[in-house]
Amino acid sequence: MDREHLSFFRISRSKISGDFIFEVVVGFFALSILILAFLLFRELFVESGLSRNIFGLGFLTSSTWDPVKEVFGALPFIFGTLVSSFLALLIAVPFSLGIAIYLSELAPEKLRTPLSFIIELLASIPSVIIGLWGIFILAPFIRDYLAPPLSTYLGFLPLFQGPMYGPSMLTGGVILAIMIIPITSSVSREVIMTVPTHQREAALALGATGWETTQIAVLPYARSGIFGAVILGFGRAIGETMAVTMVIGNSQKISESLFSPSNTMASVIANQFSEATSNLHVSSLIEIGFLLLMISIIINIAARILVWKLLRVESGGRA
Amino acid sequence: MNRLKILIIFILAGVLLAGCVNKQPTEVQPPTTTVQPTTALQIVTLNGAGATFPYPLLSKWSSEYNKIKPNIQINYQSVGSGAGIKQITEKTVDFGASDAPLTENEFANLSGILQIPESIGAVVVAYNLPGIEKGVNLSGDVVANIFLGKITKWNDPKIVSLNPGIKFPEKDIIVAERSDGSGTTFVFTDYLSTVSPDWKSKVGKGKSVSWPVGLGGKGNEGVAGLLSQNPYSIGYIELAYAKLQNISYAYIKNKAGNFIEPTLETTASAAAGAVPTLPAGDASWSSVSIVDAAGDNSYPIGSFTYFLVYKDQTDQTKGKILAEYLWWAVHDGQKYSSDLLYVPLPNNDISLNEKTIRLMNYNGQPLI
Repeated sequence: MDREHLSFFRISRSKISGDFIFEVVVGFFALSILILAFLLFRELFVESGLSRNIFGLGFLTSSTWDPVKEVFGALPFIFGTLVSSFLALLIAVPFSLGIAIYLSELAPEKLRTPLSFIIELLASIPSVIIGLWGIFILAPFIRDYLAPPLSTYLGFLPLFQGPMYGPSMLTGGVILAIMIIPITSSVSREVIMTVPTHQREAALALGATGWETTQIAVLPYARSGIFGAVILGFGRAIGETMAVTMVIGNSQKISESLFSPSNTMASVIANQFSEATSNLHVSSLIEIGFLLLMISIIINIAARILVWKLLRVESGGRA
Repeated sequence: MNRLKILIIFILAGVLLAGCVNKQPTEVQPPTTTVQPTTALQIVTLNGAGATFPYPLLSKWSSEYNKIKPNIQINYQSVGSGAGIKQITEKTVDFGASDAPLTENEFANLSGILQIPESIGAVVVAYNLPGIEKGVNLSGDVVANIFLGKITKWNDPKIVSLNPGIKFPEKDIIVAERSDGSGTTFVFTDYLSTVSPDWKSKVGKGKSVSWPVGLGGKGNEGVAGLLSQNPYSIGYIELAYAKLQNISYAYIKNKAGNFIEPTLETTASAAAGAVPTLPAGDASWSSVSIVDAAGDNSYPIGSFTYFLVYKDQTDQTKGKILAEYLWWAVHDGQKYSSDLLYVPLPNNDISLNEKTIRLMNYNGQPLI
């Protein structure tokens, strides 16, 4: 053992080179991210221990969140996070796809660069600014112009019943949609751009129209990449905190109406963490953070699996 | 070769890991005192952390005190009462500040802590009623029922009977509350718990509570935003914020049966009435409350906001400076309160604070 150890170093001393140092340094950077992720996971797990011990699995299914009586259940927040994020996807995906297809397939050359630049710029607006705009412009707009027709024509659905005051699940979903459109559309655009030109040429040669070309030659080829872009957007939506907190109304009631105020996991942490003094309250908030991390891990894994499956079908079906 | 690389990577990673995991404060030593022996005057910095509510007042005090004693700097970070209590518990700051008195539990964890009222805040019940700018009268019971969701219309007989001259619209009441944990919510729910048994059993008091109805906004500005955008709404905000933003607020019926406008004077009157019942500075203050106070002219929704300091100081110089600063704050410092819309401490409370500050000591020797 000892000799081996020595020889280990002797060899190395003679062989130390720039490449070697480079590899070590880069390897260290790569590993430190893993360690950081592990530490984060561990810290959230350990600190949420108290809450897990007391509430167990009931934490996931109870809808009481009462800091005064120290009874905590995360269901309203899990519900709010998932519903607002799905709502955001529902709005953002058609828009993003449209933007991506237009920019990569149809837009005149002169427009492409400025348009995609502006869309990417949208992604860099701080979320608190978007939230302010949400409070002052978007929420009243939805209340005055979007909600009344929805409740008139679709009011038979429980989704569009009840009074609408502005801050609501619907407003939260719309603001999230606006925030994820830049990332979803620019990644989709990149993906569509990578579709080889001969795919399009082949379709056109067969007599396909512009839309048919996109439909049969471009989109299937880019499908898994577009799916990845959507998941990226979803990931951003479930973790978004500030803008949603400002417009979602922060009520911990589970309501089937999109007009009702709601709350998300990220916003309840942002709202209550700084003034949470009892250990159980803090621990429960950390458990919500832990759950949020788990949800995003599960979604990412599920997305990976789906993408793999799609790819396999693709290559199997077409090769 | 490969093994060596991996070995080195792991060693480096191990160092990083150790750095991250080791969170024990090796030495309880706030990074505060900077001693420069060469200069005649030592620059001493006191660090504090806590409630956001008194921040404007505390930063005014810091700058005024620095004018009197140029070698003393007082940094106050308004990170929230909760974080302030945590930091003073871990002794990473010299003083903490909280909007609510320490609970029994917190008090038990902080042995030798002193709670010193530094100022008084009031909370107003604000509303947005088009056409009715001023002068709506409300009682604690009615406010509690509105926030419980039991009174849902503005023309409810209970509201109308308190306001003979006003014609109320038949509109739904939109309730706005603070979504973030805050001392303001604590004071407001403390009041509702005091005047309404129903509220006490269903909701209770706290910095965050489980609201039966309503929309939540973050911060005073969030609630004010909800109010301004939703006609026929009602909410609660700090007095200073409401005055600065010209927000309409209600007159609240006090214990003596009078409808009282929230002002600095009426809040001070409530505090002065409560002082004789206050405990000693080193005792538990968990049950202290000045809501629904006695007195003809007492506004019923208010609270002290507190300095938190240790009785036994571990550094003689700094302890003395801290004691002197607190002494100055509760005496001369009070004259800056009114301009910033804080309620100055009543005289009987100042004498109580003097006793408390005199408890501060270094190895048994009083610091002031």
